[in-house]
Amino acid sequence: MNNKIRQNPRLSDVLIMIFIGITVIISILPFLNIIAVSLSSKEAIISDKVTIFPRGFNIESYKLVFADIRMLKSMGLTIVLTVIYTVLSMIMSICAAYPLTKDNLKGRSFFSMLIIFTMFFSGGMIPEYLLVKELGMLDSLTSLIVPGMISAFNLIILRTFFTSIPPSLEESAYLDGSSHIVTLTKIVLPLSLPVLATLSLFYAVSRWNTYMDALFYITNSNLYPIQLKLYQVVMNSMVTDLTAQEGAMQTEVIAEGIKAASIMFATIPILIVYPWLQRYFVSGAMVGAVKE
Amino acid sequence: MFMNQSIAGSKKKVLPPKTIKPKRIAKGIWKDYQLYLLLLLPIAYFIIFKYVPMYGAGIAFQDYSIFKGVSGSEWIGFENFKELFAMNQFYTVVRNTLLLNLLDLIVSFPAPIILALMLNELRIVWFKKISQTILYLPHFISWIIIGGLVYQIFSNKGGLVNNMIVALGFDSVPFLTEKNHWLLVYLGTGVWQSAGWGTIIYLAALTGINKELYEAAEVDGAGRWRKMWNITLPGIRSTIVVMLILALGKIMTIGFERPFVMGNALVMDYAEVISTFVYKVGLQSAQFSLATAMGLFQALVGLVFVIGSNAIAKKMGEPGLW
Repeated sequence: MNNKIRQNPRLSDVLIMIFIGITVIISILPFLNIIAVSLSSKEAIISDKVTIFPRGFNIESYKLVFADIRMLKSMGLTIVLTVIYTVLSMIMSICAAYPLTKDNLKGRSFFSMLIIFTMFFSGGMIPEYLLVKELGMLDSLTSLIVPGMISAFNLIILRTFFTSIPPSLEESAYLDGSSHIVTLTKIVLPLSLPVLATLSLFYAVSRWNTYMDALFYITNSNLYPIQLKLYQVVMNSMVTDLTAQEGAMQTEVIAEGIKAASIMFATIPILIVYPWLQRYFVSGAMVGAVKE
Repeated sequence: MFMNQSIAGSKKKVLPPKTIKPKRIAKGIWKDYQLYLLLLLPIAYFIIFKYVPMYGAGIAFQDYSIFKGVSGSEWIGFENFKELFAMNQFYTVVRNTLLLNLLDLIVSFPAPIILALMLNELRIVWFKKISQTILYLPHFISWIIIGGLVYQIFSNKGGLVNNMIVALGFDSVPFLTEKNHWLLVYLGTGVWQSAGWGTIIYLAALTGINKELYEAAEVDGAGRWRKMWNITLPGIRSTIVVMLILALGKIMTIGFERPFVMGNALVMDYAEVISTFVYKVGLQSAQFSLATAMGLFQALVGLVFVIGSNAIAKKMGEPGLW
């Protein structure tokens, strides 16, 4: 039915395009507004003139954000953290997923159950916190890498993908005398590059965006990932916002511009990789859906 | 012969079928040994970071002392649960969790279905592509950033929405500081964040509908809306049912990040939910046992809901979760 434009647009086509157009505008509007605020002058922000176009264009707010060495350090730390986390998570997920595709592996269903059960039941925040504390991981970056290293959901997507690789390919490798590890690295992984890319992005985005574990485990502000840093900026200005009277002081309005610039600062990395994110996430969401 | 194989497989090796030569046997053992080697670290991870906390949840039945640990603290049975159930706040946070989740389900569940149906009707390919690209974007934005955007847009003073309302000659609306308005903002944010991304699963289901049905309907003179109602919707019915059941299974479980970042002191009547309550009682007031009891209550009720919804899904002939 969607093959081609067969006739002149009908009224219903126009209505549907308007409907989609409005939802698209609503999706993008908050970003346009925050960009506009981040690029506007203090005076324009005070007088509530900023909508989706900057008023009194200037980059003062960005200069202040980039002059904040802690903000830059936090961004650098988060990039390093995300890379390490993603690499380790992928290695662990591959190591777990591959053996679980082998029908003749003793205890396979036991191991699968052991993993799947954790998707539906957990000890809860407090026992997890106490464990991290017992292990001496509080206030160290290991607390943001190790406790959330494997996602059972991603593991199952990977296992499903490995299962879909024709067994004949692996069998020919075994007949040539290859061990499991060689088969995995030489045959299976090269055939799985799209799903590996997808899952890497799943892991990377979740590490980039999550702030809960950092809020719980990190008190040393030198180790704050960017989201937690941003949380402070947003929440501090929120408190002033909620208590602010008419004719608020200038300092608060400056904070408004800095807040907007900080939000953009933390969003830009996501926007840069978004073309890849979108492509691989969509295929990953499909695999996840088909798996059921 | 297989019954007495040890599960870990490290002591007794798998015996391959008799026809295979000794050399191959050794090779087979070596191969399986590698598989267990690969599994070793991930399984250790799950045991340490998933199952040890489940054991640690035992402190819900203890008068836990951080100095004595789980093994040294005194067992006090259901005292923590009694204390919990006697708190007024317990009922408030359970009510709020159910309230937010249920309202979220009502507004956020149909949104992607409607959006997917509309996207599916778009005939101009570039318009559809661009729309999808933009609609998926909010899914990739962290709750902190979304919280920042919300406070920017809905602020009483200088927020975009209130600026427009005032410009139209009305009084500004306390979106973030009055609890009922806040609830609307909370729900709207959920739709904004999830609706676009949620269309993917329905769009995938839509591609599975037999095109001949539409052609036959056109021959019979069916219009666009009629085809949508009589062919498209029934075609994705089972996907809708599965998604609904899964969503119902999660009704008792609420994430921490969204309510925590969106809530503020003035709207705690609605914004305080189980997860934020556990954080405050457990980590901020260090009442570990009480907070763990709350968490365990949620996890157990949540498990019952998931098992129940899965059973319903299977009874309806859908694949279910396991």
